[in-house]
Amino acid sequence: MIAQTLQSLPQVLVDGVTLGAVYATVAIGYTMVYGILELINFAHGEIFMSGAFIGTAILLVLNGAGWLAHLPKLLVLLLTLLVAMALTGLLGMGIERVAYRPLRHAPRLIPLISAIGVSFVLQDVVRFIAEWRTGNYIVTGVTLYGSEVNFGSITVKSNALFVLGAAVVMMAGLDLFVRKTKWGTAMRAVAQDKDTAALMSINVNRVIALTFFMGSALGGATGVLFAQQYGTIDPYIGFILGLKAFTAAVLGGIGNIRGAMFGGFVLGILEMFASAELGPLTGGVLGAEYKDVFAFIILIAVLLFKPEGLFGQAVKEKV
Amino acid sequence: MSFLVLENVHVYYGGVHALKGVSLTVEQGEIVTLIGANGAGKTTTLRAVCAQVKVREGRVTFQGRDITNQPTHEVVSLGIGHVPEGRRIFSRLTVKENLDIGAFSVRDKSLVKRRLEQVFACFPRLKERLNQKAGTLSGGEQQMLAIGRALMSEPSLLLLDEPSMGLAPVVVEQIFDILKDLNQRGTTLLLVEQNAFQALQLAHRGYVIQNGEIRMADAARTLLENEEVKAAYLA
Ligand SMILES: Nc1ncnc2c1ncn2[C@@H]1O[C@H](COP(=O)(O)OP(=O)(O)O)[C@@H](O)[C@H]1O
Ligand SMILES: [Mg+2]
Repeated sequence: MIAQTLQSLPQVLVDGVTLGAVYATVAIGYTMVYGILELINFAHGEIFMSGAFIGTAILLVLNGAGWLAHLPKLLVLLLTLLVAMALTGLLGMGIERVAYRPLRHAPRLIPLISAIGVSFVLQDVVRFIAEWRTGNYIVTGVTLYGSEVNFGSITVKSNALFVLGAAVVMMAGLDLFVRKTKWGTAMRAVAQDKDTAALMSINVNRVIALTFFMGSALGGATGVLFAQQYGTIDPYIGFILGLKAFTAAVLGGIGNIRGAMFGGFVLGILEMFASAELGPLTGGVLGAEYKDVFAFIILIAVLLFKPEGLFGQAVKEKV
Repeated sequence: MSFLVLENVHVYYGGVHALKGVSLTVEQGEIVTLIGANGAGKTTTLRAVCAQVKVREGRVTFQGRDITNQPTHEVVSLGIGHVPEGRRIFSRLTVKENLDIGAFSVRDKSLVKRRLEQVFACFPRLKERLNQKAGTLSGGEQQMLAIGRALMSEPSLLLLDEPSMGLAPVVVEQIFDILKDLNQRGTTLLLVEQNAFQALQLAHRGYVIQNGEIRMADAARTLLENEEVKAAYLA
């Protein structure tokens, strides 16, 4: 049995890393917004979902017009990603402007409720549009890279390589931005102390808007990649995925961008492991369907025993 | 035309009437100090200048321009530096990043570099700690960083909120020397202090605030000799 587990381990790792990349990029959106506003942006899962629908819509339209066959696939994927990022980025900024900013000084529960409201609105709007255009809210998109690649005993969808590649590029870019650029430094300053950041002539509202734009664009792009990877989407995919990405963010220490990346990969790998091995390891008592429960047990365990996450704030603050 | 003018400024925190018609002026090139007991309204007065609290009634003008309740980031970019109470350095950022953030509105990179050198000339200690997280600095170093950070925008008016708080006497002396030097090179200072004796020795003029109202305004030297001031703040 152990031998069997070991044998399937490489495949579990490959699948886990791919899923982890999805969790990680979505988790970044939660952690960035939490870092700057101490708000759990519950609508972030729906931004991911909107990205999946925007990407799918672009590809369906291109396909319907008969252009898809004539354009280089990579170009199509890049353009789809960029358009989806721009639109979901603006969507995130708009949500902040309309649903959170007016509540900035309200008790913390209030914007949380507003966020949940935004989630429902987005689900319903997307469902409405999907049913109106396609007759069904469950939509099967166009898969650009459907083939599979074999490395020995491991099978990888070539799509997965794009998911992983794009996710890694986006995460590296974001990390560099936050650490090395003037606006990235401003973002970290605003996250720590808004009043004092304003004294440095930083337009705090603009930095917050930028944070929402970037986190949402990342989430939206991941939605596009997710739709490519799994083929079929519906307006409710953001809910469970959002919760798991949030779990990843908490696991890494909410507010910590690198922590969120790490948490995403850990969760993805653990989940794939659970999905593949829970049955064999428990002699069939627990099956693969327990993988979600597994993720949330991790969330509860982290909240109970290490609420600051694996990478909680390292610097002690002197007063 | 005075450099900075507060006219009959009223500020409330909820139901607390914190400033009850504060008026004061600062002329270009001066050091003015605002002294008063804990809770008198000193911090609130500085916060009213930078629009960090809402001015319910009254007016604030800087270089003749009405800045009352303008967005904070716009007010400070007119040339006001603010060293806030409790220093408020960005502890999770490095010393270098703190200083860079101080020059956020400066586009010219060579200018930022020059100012960085000027700050190092005032505070050589900061140069040694450049890549350290600011939260690991000692209290005195943090105060130097807070002042250095404010100087990175080369303000024409520098507001300082109790820069001596919690620091050893030697360090306080060091910081006051630097303030004097800055003033001689043209920076106008509005200095809030509980450490009234030292502040009045440094300043040209002083105001005494009590319960949100200005009680006295005079030359610093006169205030130092005033019996009431002596009894209340210099004891
Ligand atoms: N955030 C606040 N909320 C409510 N009351 C405040 C707040 N900040 C200051 N106050 C009150 O306003 C008054 C003036 O405070 P402050 O300006 O901080 O005084 P000082 O700086 O002279 O010690 C005090 O009575 C204080 O209790
Ligand atoms: Mg004070």
